[in-house]
Amino acid sequence: MQMRLKTLLLSAAAALSLAAAPAIADGVKVGLITTLSGGGAGIGADVRDGFMLALKNAGDAGKQVEVVLEDDQQKPDVAVQIADKMIQSDNVDVLTGIIWSNLAMAVVPAATGQGKFYLSSNAAPSALAGSGCNPLYFSVSYQNDNLHEAAGAYASEKGVKKMFIMAPNYPAGQDSLAGFKRFYTGEVVAEVYTQVGQTDFAAEIAQIRASGAEEVFFFQPGGMGIAFLKQYAESGVDIPLIGPGFSLSEDILPAVGDAAIGIKNTSHWSTDLDNPANKAFVEGFRADFGRFPSLYAAQAYDTANLLLSAMAKASPSDPEAFRAALAAAEFDSVRGKFGFGPNQHPIQDIYVLEVEKRDGELTNKIIGTAMTDRGDAYAEQCQM
Amino acid sequence: MLLAEQVLNGLQYGMMLFLMAAGLTLVFGVMGLINLAHGSLYMIGAFACATVAAWTGSFWLGLAASLAAAAAAGALVEMAVIRRLYPRDHLDQVLATFALILVFSEGTRWIFGDFPLYLKLPPALSGAVTLPGGLQYPLFRLVIIAVGAAVALGLWLLITRTRLGIRIRAGEADREMIGALGVDIARLYTIVFALGAALAGLAGALVGSIQSVQVGMGEPVLILAFVVIVIGGIGSIKGALVGALLVGMTDTLGKAVIPGLFARFMEASDANTSGSAVASMLIYILMAAVLLVRPQGLFGARA
Amino acid sequence: MNRDLIVNLVIFALLVAVALGAHVAGQGFTVTLATKAAILGLAGVGLNLALGYGGLVSFGHAAFFGIGGYVTGIFASHAANGDPILTLPFTLMGSNEMLGIWPMAMLAAALAALLIGALSLRTSGVYFIMVTLAFAQMIYYFAISWPRYGGEDGLSFYVRNSFPGLNTFDPIQYFAICAGLLALALLFTAVVTQSRFGLALQATRQNEQRSTAVGIRATPVRLTAFVLSAMITALAGALYADLNRFVSPSMFSWHMSGEIMVFVILGGVGRLCGPVAGAAVFILLEHLLGPVSDHWQALLGLMLLAIVLFAPGGLIGLTLKALRRTEHG
Repeated sequence: MQMRLKTLLLSAAAALSLAAAPAIADGVKVGLITTLSGGGAGIGADVRDGFMLALKNAGDAGKQVEVVLEDDQQKPDVAVQIADKMIQSDNVDVLTGIIWSNLAMAVVPAATGQGKFYLSSNAAPSALAGSGCNPLYFSVSYQNDNLHEAAGAYASEKGVKKMFIMAPNYPAGQDSLAGFKRFYTGEVVAEVYTQVGQTDFAAEIAQIRASGAEEVFFFQPGGMGIAFLKQYAESGVDIPLIGPGFSLSEDILPAVGDAAIGIKNTSHWSTDLDNPANKAFVEGFRADFGRFPSLYAAQAYDTANLLLSAMAKASPSDPEAFRAALAAAEFDSVRGKFGFGPNQHPIQDIYVLEVEKRDGELTNKIIGTAMTDRGDAYAEQCQM
Repeated sequence: MLLAEQVLNGLQYGMMLFLMAAGLTLVFGVMGLINLAHGSLYMIGAFACATVAAWTGSFWLGLAASLAAAAAAGALVEMAVIRRLYPRDHLDQVLATFALILVFSEGTRWIFGDFPLYLKLPPALSGAVTLPGGLQYPLFRLVIIAVGAAVALGLWLLITRTRLGIRIRAGEADREMIGALGVDIARLYTIVFALGAALAGLAGALVGSIQSVQVGMGEPVLILAFVVIVIGGIGSIKGALVGALLVGMTDTLGKAVIPGLFARFMEASDANTSGSAVASMLIYILMAAVLLVRPQGLFGARA
Repeated sequence: MNRDLIVNLVIFALLVAVALGAHVAGQGFTVTLATKAAILGLAGVGLNLALGYGGLVSFGHAAFFGIGGYVTGIFASHAANGDPILTLPFTLMGSNEMLGIWPMAMLAAALAALLIGALSLRTSGVYFIMVTLAFAQMIYYFAISWPRYGGEDGLSFYVRNSFPGLNTFDPIQYFAICAGLLALALLFTAVVTQSRFGLALQATRQNEQRSTAVGIRATPVRLTAFVLSAMITALAGALYADLNRFVSPSMFSWHMSGEIMVFVILGGVGRLCGPVAGAAVFILLEHLLGPVSDHWQALLGLMLLAIVLFAPGGLIGLTLKALRRTEHG
């Protein structure tokens, strides 16, 4: 049955390619590796649903994409073994979907080393943006430091003189604080690293209270963020918080509750970003899945649309042409304007958002722009 | 002032750990069973509390539900699985309860979905109070200290002053004897296991309301609870209390002090990362040190 | 031939047959799965020496698995960028020769095991389980926050290290290396457990008082077994790093320790090929159940539970019992 379906798709594609002059990709096979079990499964569900929604919305073009979906269990060794399987047994052309930097560091070199394209729908560690960049690797999301840099820029512009900054003690956390400091011109009164997986923040909140800071920058993704925000709200400390969008994304807001309302955060996308592609996306997502999409879903949606736009021009079997078609980024991004820099990482605007309640549900609204046409700090080190 | 607040934080973190460790050590003391799935019962408590609180709007009903759900799950598991493990060695217990973690985690995700749940403190417990000396401190953390102390007292009364306690102590000392005296050991064990589970569920509901209610929330806690009871001496409630307070203080004060110490002889950002790295290893170092001096833990009877 | 030997040979032959069959059928990924089973089986063979024969229930063998992996990753990454690993007290350069890396991996693990074992063996029973776990957790947290080799992001080294005369990137040739080492480790275990040392080790497990009475000093014997066990598991870690061309702190996690223990118990504690059978069945289940449901881990848990409850001797114990029954019945 699957065989017959594929033949059908192939012949449909062939018919289309007769109609349109340039060579159209005759069905592309995508390996979608994401986290579908354990504590990170919520983000994985957003990635999967965002990607699939884009294919559904694309109609016939979307049907030319065959998706092989696998759960990485949030374990790097499992992820790289799945990637090997998808490349060696399933013969996929393109891989995508990894959420976590440590998994990306395992999978991306394995994929590009075996001549496959990798389109990152989320993680974009600095090692892959600078000297480790690769012609077959595109980040469709951001570079890991971007949202933190924007928070730094926003705090400077707002004239905050004293900041308390904190992040978990692992590479993404260290990059986060480095990114913040890159654009923050005031004084950092304290820089605190928490333990990965930490759930009680009483000691840090005491330090914040005693620090004399005017505002607090915190990067605490997932469950750590939920715990920190709840405890901060209870603590009686009223120093305002700023975070990157991950700490206040729609996948965790319902669990934080009203304590999150009014907190500022920085993101390259928001549910209320005013453009037709985004309206269609947010409405479609809410209609299909009954929740607000998070930035993870938005990035996966863009990744699928970027892929479709490249497929309309070239086939992955011609890597040079396909790469050029990807690099052109001619698709309707939910972020409005979107382009790639020389290291194939995005150049995009980053906004300041504020958590609000809309139609009884928590989400973010845009209140300003933190950075315009921001690329990243590592592009110069990239030689391709 | 900061130091006073950190000491208070260490105390409340210790009490939080005690709530989690009490059930674990009780079950080990009476039945000699290592229960890796204790963290799953903690998770069940938190999920039950969040769900019932969302339905009824009452945190207190949720709290009652968490006790009931965890105790019920505990009793069920005891009768279906754990009961067969008492005569086995620790190895089989480790494997079987490891398997239970997989079943509980995925089962919970299957029922409640992929996303963390919302659980909020009731208004009566939220906000901060001003302590003598002008220190602002979250009311809820004081409540945790109180509940921890109450549980410690309650367990002590239960074991020393009640009929059930006498049987529990007799069971610890000599299993055959209490069987011969006509006590239904199977029922006693089910009750003790359910009690341990209920304590885990209570901890899950209380702690879940200021943390994240999500699948896998029990695992980091489980390892810490084991550290606590190993330091205190496995099976000893008093040991669990002392061990929990030691771990809570060490961890909190270590995180507050060590990065600063490191900054005296190295660059600030290096000091922050390596200082926190050492701070995160501190409780394990404490545990190794205690066991070097007293291999059976501080209050452990059997080694 | 005795029945145990036949079962052991059959298990090993099956593993090789699956890999060869898949190779002939052009199923590269199945060969990789068989390789994974051989490597994780080897890690289990290491643990089995301490756990099965010595009764030392280590819940921290991920520490040694991870050390083996990290030594491989560190040597390979230094070989790629040309920086020396150490300049003091002597200069140590990177390498991408497996034959040079393996002894280093085993040596590093042996040193760690000597230290951890000397401290942990002061305790016994549940305390030993928990202390070994605590040491592994200590190393895990260190690995996550130590930025030099990637911290939680881990360390990629892009190409597999080399082995004289073989193309290690070819799945079947890499399988041959792993299966060969597994066979050596099995042989080593068989010889050691039958030696005077091995008999002494088993005597300390069965009855410490009696073994002391006949003049066996338990602690040195146990410590030796613990160190040997760690070295075998570290070798598996080194192979696993090369399988993935990547190492990360998850190799140190308590889940990893738990899984290695599961392989041993699933196959049958103290059975020579038990860990191999356990690892193979575990990987098979993971692979077969994965596509069935997002919640396959629950099914896996139920199956493990059934085996512990109803087949206490593990899969091999179950097989032997069935064989005996057919013979008598």
